[in-house]
Amino acid sequence: MLTAENLTIGYHRTPLAAGLDLKLRLGEMVCLVGPNGAGKSTLLRTLAGMQAPLAGTVRLGGNNMAHIPASELAKQLAVVLTGRVDAGNLSAYALVSLGRFPYTDWRGRLTARDEAAAQRAMHLTGCAALAARPIHELSDGERQRVMIARALAQEPKVLLLDEPTAFLDLPRRVELFQLLKRLARETGCAILLATHDLELALRTADQLWLISAWGVFEAGLPEELALNGALAHTFQDEGVMFDHATGTFTMHQPTNGSLCLVGEGLAAIWTRRALERIGYTVKDADADLPLRVAVSETDGQRQWCVTTPQRRAAFGTLSGLVNFLQN
Amino acid sequence: MSSRQGYPPTDQMTQFPRLGMRAWFIIVLLALLTVSFVLSLVFGSVEIPARQVLHILLGGEPDKPAWADIIFKFRLPKAVTAALAGAALSIAGLQMQTLFRNPLADPFILGVSSGASLGVAVVILGFNAGSTLTFIAGLSAVGDLSLALAASLGAGAVLGAVLLVSRRVQDTLTLLILGLMFGYLTNAAISLLIYFSQPERVQAFSLWSAGSFGGVTWSQMRVFLPALLLGLALAGSMSKPLNAMLLGDDYARSLGLNVRRARFWIILSASVLTGITTAFCGPLWFIGVAVPHLARSLFNSADHRVLVPSVILMGATFALFADIIAQSPGSQFVLPLNVIMSLFGVPVILWIIIRQKQLRQSFAG
Repeated sequence: MLTAENLTIGYHRTPLAAGLDLKLRLGEMVCLVGPNGAGKSTLLRTLAGMQAPLAGTVRLGGNNMAHIPASELAKQLAVVLTGRVDAGNLSAYALVSLGRFPYTDWRGRLTARDEAAAQRAMHLTGCAALAARPIHELSDGERQRVMIARALAQEPKVLLLDEPTAFLDLPRRVELFQLLKRLARETGCAILLATHDLELALRTADQLWLISAWGVFEAGLPEELALNGALAHTFQDEGVMFDHATGTFTMHQPTNGSLCLVGEGLAAIWTRRALERIGYTVKDADADLPLRVAVSETDGQRQWCVTTPQRRAAFGTLSGLVNFLQN
Repeated sequence: MSSRQGYPPTDQMTQFPRLGMRAWFIIVLLALLTVSFVLSLVFGSVEIPARQVLHILLGGEPDKPAWADIIFKFRLPKAVTAALAGAALSIAGLQMQTLFRNPLADPFILGVSSGASLGVAVVILGFNAGSTLTFIAGLSAVGDLSLALAASLGAGAVLGAVLLVSRRVQDTLTLLILGLMFGYLTNAAISLLIYFSQPERVQAFSLWSAGSFGGVTWSQMRVFLPALLLGLALAGSMSKPLNAMLLGDDYARSLGLNVRRARFWIILSASVLTGITTAFCGPLWFIGVAVPHLARSLFNSADHRVLVPSVILMGATFALFADIIAQSPGSQFVLPLNVIMSLFGVPVILWIIIRQKQLRQSFAG
């Protein structure tokens, strides 16, 4: 639906990325990820027609976007931008109905069809119950749903979102990703979102677009990009490392040395996390190391035992163990 | 993480609030406007019984022939002027507040009225050629036009300058400071003109700046009325773009609005309305900032399809009432309009806004 050929993006003749070939298909949810400053927002704004490309063309439904009149474009492409909108004392429904702007007459009168489209958008995004609430009373998560409903009220073929999860807590983020995925399926529109939530993007996106700080662009299945090392390469940076195995970021820490951990179950998992956090490289029980930590559980009572060449100590809490190791 | 988790159940029976202007809002506001218009014809320094006023308006012969003259030559044009000027300044204030996304914005704060004042000051104080002409004599048909023109030019020049800079800086606070600076600059120029002017001209100018709806005669009305009606029509047609602008420029553009063109028409209509009104009635600063807030609080809405018509009607009503009070019925005094508007207007507005406790939220800013 939305394609770009040989696209160069950037500001003031300073290209951020060049030679991009992109294809956004209907019914797909694509996540655009990359480190800060790589040009995620710039790419999004260029694809939205809000910013001219430095070179190359963006096509929407086969037509060069630069030649589509703004009023026509607004019926095919909608955006949800980053940052809070302070639209004053509007009800959520009134805000969503502003999405009908490209369809209404010069006075902005809403026909029955316009109202139906706005209401459908609110039902789809699960914010119909908020219709009468003033938007300044909504929580960030509710507000973001309303903003997405507003974009959907434009009945677009393409929906572009810039950091839609920026102000949200983790459960709201998961919800929002699920919502967008469902919307791509149910409305059949193409959804592209720029996001920092790499882990969520990996789990949800149909396609992942990767843009690196040095202007390299790659597109593919999230799993493909993890497998071929593109993700790790893009996000390589001092202090942070992408872990191929778990699909998560880990922090490099100055190490205090190695120890081996003996034990199983939940207690062992969190003990490992704690030990890694305070700077130990944790090895398995069969490693032959002078420093050993054993976790055991008897009758619901957990116990942590530390063995060093010099001494041996036991603790009833994880804090006790951590305190001991840190001193 | 099941896919439906976390979604409130979509209830197909959800009640969606009604959007847009409701008929009874308009009816109530029109009724209030009519009442204030009639009252402003009834009250004045000469006592004329209400029944006689009605009789005269319907074309009947009054008990005293002078009464017909008073009604037709003085009170009727003054009431029309007040209604138009009130509507004009209020709608211009609303436009500026939305355009600059700032609750303190009004034409005066951005220096537009100061520009108009400077234009008028130049005409009244600056013309030394044919200095035997008094200010009043200067108000011939040509004089009205030049006064209105000078005020509009002054207002337009300042707004244009503000706009030019506004394209470069996105920060509204910077713009506000800029408008303030323009205001200081024009005030300095006015002071300079006053310093070098003859006392009677200074008197005429300070009379003008006290504000009055009484200065517009029927012959001047030929300029005043069409210009303001045109400006009001233009402003009235802007509620759709103004609504889109509530979301900010980026969203407005994404909705297909040509923001630059809309901004141009908004500023043009606001500067014509402010310029013409200031030329004929003096710089009335209070009404333009107050009435839009009053409308927002009363109708609890930021939707310009509601605000634009109600601000026009409320502005007209507000100005008529202010004028009635300024006439201090039953006495010979006519108080300066600016003083009355602030003295009686501020407590009313403060009470309404504080009662709402949500000035910040009820405003897009």
